[in-house]
Formats: sequence, C-alpha cells, structure tokens
Amino acid sequence: MKDTVDGNEDRKGWMSLFARAPEGRVAALLDAACTRPGFTWLRPPEIGSVMVQGRAGGTGAPFNLGEMTVTRCALKLASGEAGHAYVQGRRKPDAEAAALVDALMQTDLADTLRTQVIAPLGAELAAATQARAKKAAATRVDFFTMVRGED
Amino acid sequence: MYVAVKGGEAAIRNAHAWLAEERRGDTSVAELSIAQIREQLSLAVNRVMAEGSLYDPDLAALAIKQARGDLIEAVFLIRAYRTTLPRFGATRPVETADMACDRRISATFKDLPGGQILGPTFDYTHRLLDFKLAAEGGKEVQQAEQAGDAAPAPVPHVTGFLNREGLIEEAPRDDTPPPDLTREPLEMPADRALRLQALTRADEGFTLSLAYSTQRGYARNHAFVGELRIGTVAVEMDIPELGFAIDIGEITLTECETVNQFTGSKTEPPQFTRGYGLVFGQTERKAISMALVDRALRWEELGEDDMGAPAQDAEFVLYHSDNIQATGFLEHIKLPHYVDFQSELELVRKLRREAGAEPMQEAAE
Repeated sequence: MKDTVDGNEDRKGWMSLFARAPEGRVAALLDAACTRPGFTWLRPPEIGSVMVQGRAGGTGAPFNLGEMTVTRCALKLASGEAGHAYVQGRRKPDAEAAALVDALMQTDLADTLRTQVIAPLGAELAAATQARAKKAAATRVDFFTMVRGED
Repeated sequence: MYVAVKGGEAAIRNAHAWLAEERRGDTSVAELSIAQIREQLSLAVNRVMAEGSLYDPDLAALAIKQARGDLIEAVFLIRAYRTTLPRFGATRPVETADMACDRRISATFKDLPGGQILGPTFDYTHRLLDFKLAAEGGKEVQQAEQAGDAAPAPVPHVTGFLNREGLIEEAPRDDTPPPDLTREPLEMPADRALRLQALTRADEGFTLSLAYSTQRGYARNHAFVGELRIGTVAVEMDIPELGFAIDIGEITLTECETVNQFTGSKTEPPQFTRGYGLVFGQTERKAISMALVDRALRWEELGEDDMGAPAQDAEFVLYHSDNIQATGFLEHIKLPHYVDFQSELELVRKLRREAGAEPMQEAAE
C-alpha cells in the first residue's frame, strides 16, 4: 500500500510533525476537527528506544551517541486505511492520535485535517522555532581584536 | 568477595521508609514536581540524560527527584530503566550542520559565516550570587530580547573553512556500521567509534580532569575550540513498514570541534588535527572535555609518540570513565564481606603466631 513518491514526501512531512508535537496537541486538534472513527490495532502503542547516531567530526564515520525514547503504534480504520505513528517520548495517547490522523489523511477527511490539524500544528512549531532563533540572533556578537600597545 | 547474607528485612524496610521521608524533607515546604525539575534544573537533567545515555527529559527529572539530587544515582536509575526498553532500531546519523543553533562560537575565527552567537550562557556573568533569585514568588521574569532578523541562514561548520585550504585533516564520510558497547562488551583495541560512544556517556568529572591533564602537558596537544555549537537537530529514522524515513523527534545536542597544533609525524604532514565531542543536551563543559580526550586518544593513528600520559591510554580511559561501573564496584565494598574478612582475620592471626608475636591480650596482662 505504498503511495507515490510525492505522496510519501507529504506523509513524511506530517508524520515528522506529529513526532515532535507538544503533548496532547495532536489529539486536541483532531478532536476539534472530527469525531474519532472506530479502528482496530495492527500494533498497539508500544514504548521503546532507538539508538541515535552521530558522525565523528560531524561528517565522518558514524558512532552510537545514546538512545532516546519513542512510542509507536499502527492501526486500521473500519474502512481499511492503515495509520502509523512514531512519536518522541513515552506518549501512548499521542501516538494513537497521530496514527489516527495518518490513517484519516487517506480518506475523504484529508482536506479537513490538512487545514485543521496539520497546518495549525506546523505553524505553531514553526513559530516556536522562529522565536528561539530570534532570541539567539539577539545574542550575536562581534568581537574586536584590540590593537596591542607595542610598536 | 561479597557473600549473600540473610536477615535484616525489617531494618531494610524501615531504612527505605526513612529514606522516602528524608527525600520529601520538611513537609511545610512545597513538594518539587517533575516539571519543575525538568524546566528549572535543566542542566542537571541534561547531565543525567547524557551519562544515562537515554534522551528523555521527564525520566531524567524523575530520576533526579527519586535520587534526592544525587546525579550519579539518577544516572544509575536511568541506565537500569534503559535496559527494560525494547530497541526499535537505529537512527540515521544526525546532521549537526543543520542544527538550529541556540549558541555557536569559535575561539579561532572572529568573523565567520553564520556569526558568533552567545546563546543562554554563563560566560561573561560575574559569578556573584544573585539574591534576587532567593526572593520568593511573583517576580517578573526577565524576557529575552528578540532580534527582528532571524532568517534561518545556514551555519556551516568552521572546520570546513580550514579544509578548503587543506590545512586541517579531513573527516571523510564513511558508512561503516558502528560497534555498540551496550550490545557487545567493551574490548581493546577500541576503534574511534567505540571510544566516542564511551566518551559521550562518560562521567563529566572524570572526562574534565583527563582533558585538563592534556592541557597541562600530559599528552602534548594544544587545543583551540574551533567551534562549539548548541541547538536542536531532527532525528531521522528509516521506518521499514513504510519504506521511507521520517523524523521521530528533535533533540538538543552540544557539539565541540577542537583544532589542534600538529607538526607532523612519520606518517602525517604538518596540519591541524581535530578532536570531536558530541553530547546530549546543553552540556558544553563535557563536550569540550570529550573533544580533548578524543584527540589525545588518537595519538596512534596520527603516528604520534606514546608519552605514557593517562589520557593517551585507551584502556585506562575507557575502563574507568563510566561512573556506573565505577560506583558499582566502589560501593559494593561497603556491603557485607563478613566471610571474606573472617578468613583474612584468621590469616593475619596465623601469620602473627608464626612470627612469634604475643597475642595483644597476654601482652597487656
């Protein structure tokens, strides 16, 4: 049931957004947009870890940096569409909401959810990133090297 | 040798109950919440995540609360929890060049593309106690200034500029799957990937002291901080059931690249060499220390002399850098060793008899 390449890009975008959404935010937006449909679990929410890798020197050979917690799940709507979620942290209700939106994005509700869940969430996260970038920019410095006294 | 003992159940139960009471402290003082620890003691949380080797700020805050602020005990709790988690896989290596930087400084170039960004730093503070913080409640929090211009400009790595002139060693891309010391016991010789994994979770104090020793001349390498950056990176992982990769989250990292003088060796030309530090959270003392120790441990591949310095000895460094292994072995000696000690006692008595020493009691009479 793999989508086209463009479809994947789109789906990758919203799944990535849900992964780092604040706690409870996807669920709140989803419940405001529609009533939750019935579903069956393909994989009930499960908390685990993934090993994060870095690269020596930033660009060289990979090494294991340490793990992070992740919650994942997969479900299937009564109408057959499957939804998946991988979200950062230990957040089973958030994983469930993310997988539901992922599945519903393959139904007629896609346009509604795009404007009522994905767009506002994307804007919120972008605003948070922008606010932090502005604080960082306010601490940008220019160091002047003082001219030494000797001739 | 520790030998199992029986008994003491009631005493142990009572000791743990008292521990819980002491942890809570004076009940007329409000209890700390996990969110308060996470938000207001965030550098302690970062250290516990880094040395616990598990990125989860809420869990680290819980561990700090449970451990009464003993950070090594908190790291111990995180390491123990970590072993209960199923591992879903490994991520793609994080792209630190794409970091959204809160802080980014270079001690080697003052005018660098992307600029010098101080971020929320203790640097340039006066280190005077601020009694305003001791005043209870209701204080207006000073809001950080926001600059109008914050267009997300690329912030290239400083070492890239030197590379263009060929003055610094390259770190060519390589996709060899790294060894994992959480799956295989740490064995010597350890390649650089394994050393970096051990160093990033190593005790901050131990790493700092070793790094300091290299600055004082034990393994001669004069390091400049070529670049120090702190910020968030996306964590991307391939999801097999989907057939493509997604971001599974975002983490804060501190990265330090040192640039070291190098006059050349039998195998390498004169050029600058590099040390690398990458650590979970805002942890710059640790990341700088890691980069210095990483560089010292590279003496063999760079064809440098073994000066017999502690920081050059991979076995010494890696087998003593883990504070959980260290404290586990250290603290076990306080547990009952009665049988062991009984035999030692017998031995000493026997040796004294053989040496003709009078028993103390008789001598006293």
